Amino acid sequence: MIRIPKGVEEAIRAHGAKDYPRECVGALLGGLDGEIRIVQEARPLPNTFDPSWEADVRGGAIEDVPGQERRYLVSPDAMFRLLREERETGVKVLGFYHSHPDHPARPSVFDRDWASPWYIYCILSVRQGVPQELTAWQLDEAGDAFLEEPIEIV
Amino acid sequence: MPKILVPTSLQQFVGGNDEINVGGTTVKEALDQLLERYPDLKKHLYNDKGELRHFVNIYKGADDTRALQGLETPVTDTDELSIVPSIAGGVGVEMARINPNALLPEERVEAVSFSNEEILRYSRHLILPEVGLEGQKRLKAAKVLLIGAGGLGSPLALYLAAAGIGTIGLVDFDAVDLTNLQRQVIHGTNDVGRSKLESAKETILDINPHVEVIGFEERFTSQNALEIARDFDIIIDGTDNFPTRYLTNDVCALLGKPNVYGSIFRFEGQASVFWAGHGPCYRCLFPEPPPPGLVPSCAEGGVLGVLPGIVGCIQAIEAIKLILGIGNPLIGRLLTFNALKVQFRELRLRRDPACPLCGENPTIHELIDYEEFCGIRGEEAPPPQLDAIEEITVRELKRRMDSGEKLTIIDVREPHEYAIARIPGTRLIPLGQIEERANELDPNQEIILHCRSGKRSAEALLKLKAKGFKNLKNLKGGILAWSEEIDPSVPKY
Repeated sequence: MIRIPKGVEEAIRAHGAKDYPRECVGALLGGLDGEIRIVQEARPLPNTFDPSWEADVRGGAIEDVPGQERRYLVSPDAMFRLLREERETGVKVLGFYHSHPDHPARPSVFDRDWASPWYIYCILSVRQGVPQELTAWQLDEAGDAFLEEPIEIV
Repeated sequence: MPKILVPTSLQQFVGGNDEINVGGTTVKEALDQLLERYPDLKKHLYNDKGELRHFVNIYKGADDTRALQGLETPVTDTDELSIVPSIAGGVGVEMARINPNALLPEERVEAVSFSNEEILRYSRHLILPEVGLEGQKRLKAAKVLLIGAGGLGSPLALYLAAAGIGTIGLVDFDAVDLTNLQRQVIHGTNDVGRSKLESAKETILDINPHVEVIGFEERFTSQNALEIARDFDIIIDGTDNFPTRYLTNDVCALLGKPNVYGSIFRFEGQASVFWAGHGPCYRCLFPEPPPPGLVPSCAEGGVLGVLPGIVGCIQAIEAIKLILGIGNPLIGRLLTFNALKVQFRELRLRRDPACPLCGENPTIHELIDYEEFCGIRGEEAPPPQLDAIEEITVRELKRRMDSGEKLTIIDVREPHEYAIARIPGTRLIPLGQIEERANELDPNQEIILHCRSGKRSAEALLKLKAKGFKNLKNLKGGILAWSEEIDPSVPKY
């Protein structure tokens, strides 16, 4: 279960609309109340995806070259800084959000394959520039399925 | 010593620590020491070729070691290494929730063929993109075991047969009773007295003659459960008692099969998919069964007839989703349904790391005595306390009533039961109120207690005995026996 204040939800939706037709990405920062994650801040992060990264990962040239309309990547430096900030301030990185331009807010195989355990991944569908449904997901125990988490907007 | 900082996402693989001190003079050596201590972390760091996965980045201080000498980057005692997960994703092929090949072997699915009649029969499935011919083949290849052909088993069997499940196993040793017909819609009036298995099989084959029905006309017990369940892909729990629930759960966990759970009580229902290895099991949610007698069965508590229809259908949907590998199965979620409010709620469930069956250190490796686990000696043997209870038969009671004796007879049932049927000359004090209203009764006088079958009145008797009442008798067999032996005009219910 993840609790998101209305203002933060609006910020996520605004970010998704702003970066459309590219995928936006950001970190969800906050704390834990038992099993429930309480989001305090949705921090936009630059989407640093570029096709050479994918070529690198797949080990060679790729035919179907995706762009930022279909991919997001947080630079390792940005992630490193987030984790350092987490250790220094105690405000936890609860997970991440990203948008799916003109696609449903459901994870793809790619989303699942790249997901880390424990983190919550929020997906915002943005159709024709207009933000739509927001969903949340977490990797299951075995690591091969993404299970939907309920979102409570407060 | 160099230390390694671990992000929250991977802390579960390193004993919950966020910082680990290791030795080594290169990044590789430091990581190898870490993995020696925590081998579970390996698949998150290295691929099959022993290369660092793109999934993680190793930082030395504030520098990505990929920009330095990679795994050969030297480290000194004062260096701090950080494991930094890659954060990436994007649209693409929408993921199937569970790898469906984990459930059905590919060869079995490929071997399936359809007649023209079947193609026409399943046309409404075939034109759904999420099902299609491939999905229908999976349904036909699948083998589903239903524990219980009753309230939940009825809609399950009906809809799974209609959907084209290739093999349906049914475990039930009961005969159809008139009281079943209020909810067990797979049976009809003409089936009363027949074996539930025979009756269900007939209806299934009428709906879909292509289904292979395998009946097990026996109790599901520790002696036969593994043998029976082994050949099926999915087990569906449609039972009505706790020992069998725990048995079904344990068998599924030991065999690695999903347990599609459903339960009903009065106006509320629950459903979930317990699959050890993919999520929690039943014991993670309910490590202990309730004390016997606390949670009444349908016979004792009652149930709205249509409720198991809804819950059973949800179970059928879950089974079908697992087989097709589509949608979001209820793994890790408990769906609760309140029929009066028409409210669906969801509770997030997690595997309990301390679960004795599916946790970190399992202690249960074989089936146990579930009756004992649930505190029940078995339906035939009465609980030991009954030996200390004085009984009076309905004939004896009738004789004494006819002789003009003035008797104090207390009926401990609920008001709505009293409205259905009562024994003349009785006074109603429901079981739940017997202790606080004991002062309305004379502890020195003989008091006869009765309920529907004799169980609740035995409890009431013990409560009054504990309050110092000296002369108590329990009407053996309750109002059911009265109707059976004394006055058949009194309705049984």
